Amino acid sequence: MALPRIGVLALQGAVDLHVHALERLGVETIEVRRAEDLARVDGLVLPGGESSTISKLLVINELFEPLAERLNEGMPAFGTCAGMIMLASEILDGRDDQLSFGAIDISVRRNAFGRQIDSFETDLSVIGLPESPVHAVFIRAPVVERVGPEVEILAAVEEGRPVACRQGNVLVTSFHPELSPDLRLHELFIKGMAG
Amino acid sequence: MADLTPGIISRTTGTDLVKRGLADMLKGGVIMDVVDAAQAKIAEDAGAVAVMALERVPSDIRRDGGVARMSDPEMIQGIQEVVSIPVMAKARIGHIAEAQILQALQVDYIDESEVLTPADEAHHIDKWAFDVPFVCGATNLGEALRRISEGACMIRSKGEAGTGNVVEAVRHLRSILGDIRKITTADQAELFDWAKRLQAPLPLVQEIAETGTLPVPMFCAGGIATPADASLVMQLGAQAVFVGSGIFKSSDPTLMAKAIVEATANYLDPDILAKVSRGLGDAMPGLEIGTLETKLSERGW
Repeated sequence: MALPRIGVLALQGAVDLHVHALERLGVETIEVRRAEDLARVDGLVLPGGESSTISKLLVINELFEPLAERLNEGMPAFGTCAGMIMLASEILDGRDDQLSFGAIDISVRRNAFGRQIDSFETDLSVIGLPESPVHAVFIRAPVVERVGPEVEILAAVEEGRPVACRQGNVLVTSFHPELSPDLRLHELFIKGMAG
Repeated sequence: MADLTPGIISRTTGTDLVKRGLADMLKGGVIMDVVDAAQAKIAEDAGAVAVMALERVPSDIRRDGGVARMSDPEMIQGIQEVVSIPVMAKARIGHIAEAQILQALQVDYIDESEVLTPADEAHHIDKWAFDVPFVCGATNLGEALRRISEGACMIRSKGEAGTGNVVEAVRHLRSILGDIRKITTADQAELFDWAKRLQAPLPLVQEIAETGTLPVPMFCAGGIATPADASLVMQLGAQAVFVGSGIFKSSDPTLMAKAIVEATANYLDPDILAKVSRGLGDAMPGLEIGTLETKLSERGW
């Protein structure tokens, strides 16, 4: 089977790191800034960045509606940190004008671990990746505070707070797999696209 | 939600990856200088990825003269209370105590900045000693690598702050990125000479030869006054922009702030640039570099 063509939402944030990760897996990658870019991709990565900024740029670049439509139609998506916030059905501690797609039935609290000084690295057990823990980097990270009945929790931090979830072909993480050389979460997303 | 996935082995803060990682998340964005909570709110409303809290914008520091110091903690905390995006603040070059205070205030990034009056004429802060990450200015690659060797997690080309004149920012970006391009084609023997000429650690020069980029994100500051300026420096290779006086010294800061955010995100799209550049009122008044009494970019060693 031909590998899918994956877009990386390229309005703001760590776009280059996701592009590098996907290219290392041999996947054709497209940076998505306009609706015409979106039309060419089979799935989309929503990167880490500043979620409130990306939300505004989605509207300004007339990308919010077309992307919401694609997600509604079942386009696979992988959101990391800010990307997770944007895919969620509810944002806690967001700005009042901040939009999200509701592609996964979770409530996400922004900056849940505190300011940058509280940002951290850790090793996490992730369901579906049994070989070894995933080295996870959390930067001013969000956390999942509620999951809907259809949502599978793949990893949690010690207080039992979910930090990686999946619903169908939508995968989200509070942390940044794009900051580590471990590509297993990107692989998990691509595998999930086929199934 | 008690019996979820078993979790944590250990949790470490203040690592290099975590400190540089926040800079990665700011890429493609605009970091705006603000002097009070009201300006910080305008910046966040316009789509800034972070704000830089300081007492006076660089053009006022230039005009007023005197010693420019770290901002009042009360002002910084006032800004932290009203915005949810990262808040940065400036410490004087070499002023370890100001940096310690900023870390105690939990600012998200410390700018060891030439815009403030230097506290030490020979030494920069040992930035490895801090858990909060630092950004430092540089006019050339040697300066950038010295700052990285001291622990800086983000470099910004200095430009000439408070002038509204982008020419120095362009000079510094071209110098840094031009030398990186040359190093990628140098042979092993030439790398020793590059390290010597740049007065920079050899391992960092060798790393650049291998990767073709700085080991930390590279942003641009100093003199950006219009959406077109932001696009220019992004096209030259900056990964994000700092805008100081350019926003709040323009005639319509709200409009200018939004336009620069849109231009930075869409820096390769001339149609969008044309649209957002329209009807912005007056940009900040600019200064010719040759007429300056003090060149802030010459501070730093």
